[in-house]
Amino acid sequence: MSWLHLFILLPLLFAVIIPILYKKIAKIHTGWFVLVVPLSIFVYLLMFLPMIAGGETAMYALPWIPAFNIDISFYVDGLGLVFGLIISGIGTLVVLYSIYYLDKAREALHNFYVYLMIFMTAMLGVVFSDNLIVLYLFWELTSISSFLLIAYWYARRQSRYGAQKAMLITIFGGFSLLAAIIMLGIMGDTFSIRELISQGGQLVQHPLFIPAMILLLIGAFTKSAQFPFHIWLPDAMEAPTPISAYLHSATMVKAGIYLVARFTPLFGGTMEWFWIVTGVGLLTLFWGALLAVKQRDLKALLAFSTISQLGLIMSLLGMGSAALYYGEGELADLHSMAVLAAVFHLLNHATFKGSLFMVVGIVDHETGTRDIRKLGGLMSIMPISFTLALIGSLSMAGLPPFNGFLSKELFFTGTLNAASLDIFRMETYGFLIPVIAWVASVFTFIYSLILVFKTFFGNYQPERLEKEAHEAPWGMLLPPAILALFVVVIFFVPNVLGEYVLEPMMASILPTLAGQFDFHIEAWHGFEPELFMTIALVALGIILYLTLKKWIGLYNHMPRVLTITNAYNSGLKGMESISRKITNAHMTGFSRDYLRYIFLIFVLVVGASLFLLDGFSFDTGNVAHINMFEIILSLVLVGATAMVVFTRSRLAAVICVGVLGYIVALFFVVLRAPDLALTQLAIETVTVALFLVCFYHLPRLRQKEEGDGFNVINMLIAGAVGTLVTLVALSANGHRLFPAISEYYLDAYELAGAANMVNAILADFRALDTLLEIFVLCIAGLGVFALVKVRLARREKNENQ
Amino acid sequence: MEILMSVLAGILFTAGTYLVLAKSLIRIVLGTAIIGHGALLLLLTMGGIKTGAPPLLGLESASYTDPLPQALILTAIVINFGTLGFFLVLSYRSYQELGTDDMEELRGTEDE
Repeated sequence: MSWLHLFILLPLLFAVIIPILYKKIAKIHTGWFVLVVPLSIFVYLLMFLPMIAGGETAMYALPWIPAFNIDISFYVDGLGLVFGLIISGIGTLVVLYSIYYLDKAREALHNFYVYLMIFMTAMLGVVFSDNLIVLYLFWELTSISSFLLIAYWYARRQSRYGAQKAMLITIFGGFSLLAAIIMLGIMGDTFSIRELISQGGQLVQHPLFIPAMILLLIGAFTKSAQFPFHIWLPDAMEAPTPISAYLHSATMVKAGIYLVARFTPLFGGTMEWFWIVTGVGLLTLFWGALLAVKQRDLKALLAFSTISQLGLIMSLLGMGSAALYYGEGELADLHSMAVLAAVFHLLNHATFKGSLFMVVGIVDHETGTRDIRKLGGLMSIMPISFTLALIGSLSMAGLPPFNGFLSKELFFTGTLNAASLDIFRMETYGFLIPVIAWVASVFTFIYSLILVFKTFFGNYQPERLEKEAHEAPWGMLLPPAILALFVVVIFFVPNVLGEYVLEPMMASILPTLAGQFDFHIEAWHGFEPELFMTIALVALGIILYLTLKKWIGLYNHMPRVLTITNAYNSGLKGMESISRKITNAHMTGFSRDYLRYIFLIFVLVVGASLFLLDGFSFDTGNVAHINMFEIILSLVLVGATAMVVFTRSRLAAVICVGVLGYIVALFFVVLRAPDLALTQLAIETVTVALFLVCFYHLPRLRQKEEGDGFNVINMLIAGAVGTLVTLVALSANGHRLFPAISEYYLDAYELAGAANMVNAILADFRALDTLLEIFVLCIAGLGVFALVKVRLARREKNENQ
Repeated sequence: MEILMSVLAGILFTAGTYLVLAKSLIRIVLGTAIIGHGALLLLLTMGGIKTGAPPLLGLESASYTDPLPQALILTAIVINFGTLGFFLVLSYRSYQELGTDDMEELRGTEDE
């Protein structure tokens, strides 16, 4: 147990006392107590920075289940630490923001902060875990806490729908990840990520390499809302805005990015990884940007924007993995630029998107709506919010002087580098990458303008707003202001981050190049193609924004049936109706049908295994002789049996069953079993008497006694069962492997002092059977007594009358 | 003799299965009784039918029939009787309470 363990588990431990604080100290907003937790984690994690910058890493292990190689081992390197700082840093700001956002009197604050603290531990656990099983544990904990947070206002139908959708999709991905983890465990015989990476070269040859890669990527893509699993994110916007800002822009959705980055050293450098990660990333980038333009709800717009930007980071990680193909040298350095762009944009996105969500939350909080058709003209009423929104949006659009510009330029550099690749069949399709990226950036520019201009410019429409708009309190403005400050500061001094943040992150993603990164991020890098791309996109973006009214209608032509959400909904409905149909088709409630299934499966399984294992054998050598008496008995038996089946009269059937029983008793006589014959005769008599008593007391509901009519299917099933029993009996007869143990009982007189061997067995050698058989009879007798005597239902009815 | 007994057991199983698949509760009870008889014959046959004296030591015979299957069958007969008796009374009571012996009408409620 190290300090790191303690700090990662601190939110979870603190969650225990949150309800107590909420109840006992009701005067102070619970959030103020909670604020201490992420802040202290942030400060603690900052202390690791110098060590990480020096190229060192640290490992803290705590045995959990040593027998299965499962330890709670936390590993601190550049990637994990920066994620940890983002989680705790933005966590602090979000808690501060939520203190002003959530009303003390009206909201169930204890629930909110408990879920949030669970989430924080889970997320820190994901990014620091070195053991894959522990990582999976925390991974699912993020899904569960996110589910709880989305449905925080559980009385709303949309919240519950969004939470269920997010749950189903991310848990689906989680199971896929678990499968990948198990495969990795089989491949490398360890669950430690570091040990797996250290044997990377040999694992490429393993047949499970590609399946594990694909399953892991499905897990990462579902969590990070990549196409086509992005559909849960817009519906998760039903969560309170601090949650949307924290989970659905800065932290949880980056868990998939983290996973891809973490496993790049293992899987990177292969063609499959390059194409899947880059391709899905670009598709998500393009699709998210395209759909964001169409949104009318500010949070939905930001959700699609997040999807798009996550796609951007994902595609950069894919492109950067080409550096591992080269290992070292000039080409490796060239392609490592994409990884630099990815980690840089990851940071930038966390700053400006968190800030934008909080500003949108402020607008929602102060005006009562998030619909851009109702908003407008808020610039002079909410000047600070407007400034923050402008900074965030322009950074998102990729304009100077904001950090988004720098990472967008690096993104273009990365795509141009990738287009020049001559491996992985890139020579054929490579040119597409910059084209798609550029078109997506145009749309990004448009929706960034929509976000800020439609909200803050234009006419103020107080009659359409639910509240009179006014500026937010400072506590709500402070967190987005801090983030916006980062947006601007990073633009002017990007290289401060270099040594302490970006380089260690790149060293984790591309370990073969660690220590030799040589980069210098500059806002001005001369008249390079990237700059012309930016100028062209700004020009086209402005033109398209000004003519927005003319072409926005095109979106309405997109058929609703073809959307992925529609496919999800109808898929869910379809599965329900199909399973209902299947259940209704075979669960008829009619015992005959169930018995038919049972008999059929019995015949098929036993018959097929006998047939397949060649178990039939008919040995006629060792059979006893048949005498006349036995033949006559057999004929009578067959006749009586036929009578039972075919007679229409129940009485005749009962009597025939009696005859059957007596014949069996006679068989016992013939086959020299006197005790059996005695018992059988006595019992058959009693049974027939019982049957007759039952008949005597039958209510005369249906005077007409009718048979069932001949049923062919039943007859076939019955015939099959009977034939199979005969075949099994005959085959068993032919398979006598060793002699019986009955010789032992011949000594019954010496052993037990009994001349009757059967009785000696029953009462001496195997007396336990007899004891329990007596119990059976007792219980049956008591049961009969209870059935006849106890009549609760009728008595209640009488009392009611 | 074993072959004959095996065929007889098969016939009893056929008849019992057919009755168990019937609609009327009383026929199902009869079917279980018949399957029970079939099982008894099967047990006896499987023990091997040797012509020898009954398993009573006082007879001073050279060979005896196998006593173990007989002991097993005796146990089986008694248990068979216990369950059959309970089953009969149960079906008799369900006639009384529910007024029908048609399994198709005894399907339980819709919401089960």
